[in-house]
Amino acid sequence: MFCEKAVELIRELHRMGDGQLPAFNEDSIRQVLEEMKALYEQNQSDVNEAKTEGKSELIPTIKFRHSCLLRNQRCISAYLYDRLLRIRALRWEYGSVLPTTIRFHMCAEEMEWFNQYKKSLATYMRSIGGEEGLDITQDMKPPKSLYIEVRCLKDHGEFEIDDGTVILLKKNSQHFLPRWKCEQLIRQGVLEHVIS
Amino acid sequence: MADGLSDASDLSGGEESQEDVMTPAELIAKLEEAWLNEKFSPELLENKSELVECVMEQLTHMEENLQRVRKGDMKASVHRMEIDRIRFVLSSYLRSRLQKIERFFPHVLEKEKSRADGDPSFLSPEEFAFAKEYLANTEVYLRNVALKHMPPNLQSIDMLKAVPEPCLDSFVFLRVKERQENILVEPETDEQREYVVDLDEGSQHLMRYRTIAPLVSSGAVQLI
Repeated sequence: MFCEKAVELIRELHRMGDGQLPAFNEDSIRQVLEEMKALYEQNQSDVNEAKTEGKSELIPTIKFRHSCLLRNQRCISAYLYDRLLRIRALRWEYGSVLPTTIRFHMCAEEMEWFNQYKKSLATYMRSIGGEEGLDITQDMKPPKSLYIEVRCLKDHGEFEIDDGTVILLKKNSQHFLPRWKCEQLIRQGVLEHVIS
Repeated sequence: MADGLSDASDLSGGEESQEDVMTPAELIAKLEEAWLNEKFSPELLENKSELVECVMEQLTHMEENLQRVRKGDMKASVHRMEIDRIRFVLSSYLRSRLQKIERFFPHVLEKEKSRADGDPSFLSPEEFAFAKEYLANTEVYLRNVALKHMPPNLQSIDMLKAVPEPCLDSFVFLRVKERQENILVEPETDEQREYVVDLDEGSQHLMRYRTIAPLVSSGAVQLI
């Protein structure tokens, strides 16, 4: 039946809950586009026949194919748009640099969208308040305490805190650091908040 | 927190004033009101650029003064916490707005385009630029990946129809700040008829956003 491949695309995204991004299904999209091309060409020739030979019994079929075309367009758009929303969430979750595993799941145009989005967001954040701006991707949770205990999950090298002290972030080392400095590293998985 | 701030005004040595003179405590109270309203409202509210600018200036002052305080002084950590809290509220407020702009981008842009010259703006100039870029970025993406490969009569999508509008009929909790009389409430079921309520100062209600939307922008009610 027509539009099955398109609906499958939607189901594929629906299955991956939690905002995960599956690999870009280029194959399925190509198949849907081919189906659309075939439907359109069949309609074109039927429309010509109906006009020149007055075969008005072709009209329901033409309408049916048109509905399928619209449905395919809608499904593809929904699939692509939902992926964009998931990609957008990645900027807020991981920061400007995406993990390579995720990047492999994105097509070139999605990468381009992501880069443009990053730029727009950065421009906007820089303009806040009229001076240096404000990084609103920080401070995602209300501050509960000034300093937090963190454990280092991977080697991250040297890390400087406000008063000039340099800390060496070695795997498994534990530190008592200012909360606002650690937020992004915690989200990236470099540090882990130790709640005693 | 108001106490901590009046302490801070000793440190900050006077506040910035634009037209009205507002104490730092009043400024932060206004920020929190705007933050809660934006958080709980289903649609994007009027932009408060002046408020944002004042808060940023306040934060800069507080940071500068914090540098001058002796290290290890107890007051420093309390003020540090305060700065972090204010920054969190401000960030959360701006994030709420940005999320709504992204979610409803064609409608937000349409609303801004069709507003009369005298009406207050819903988007700051920077938010407007961001929204336009978001629209362009998304349209270019959809066109390049799929639309341009589709049959000629299907190569465009009406964004206003494709992207859902904010649901103004969602229910919100509110607290009344200024007494309101004769608010018309729409019937919920077929058996009901529309009726009129008076909202007493200090009372709290759960109502459809659409009914009280103008009261939120006028400041007569506070969403909670």
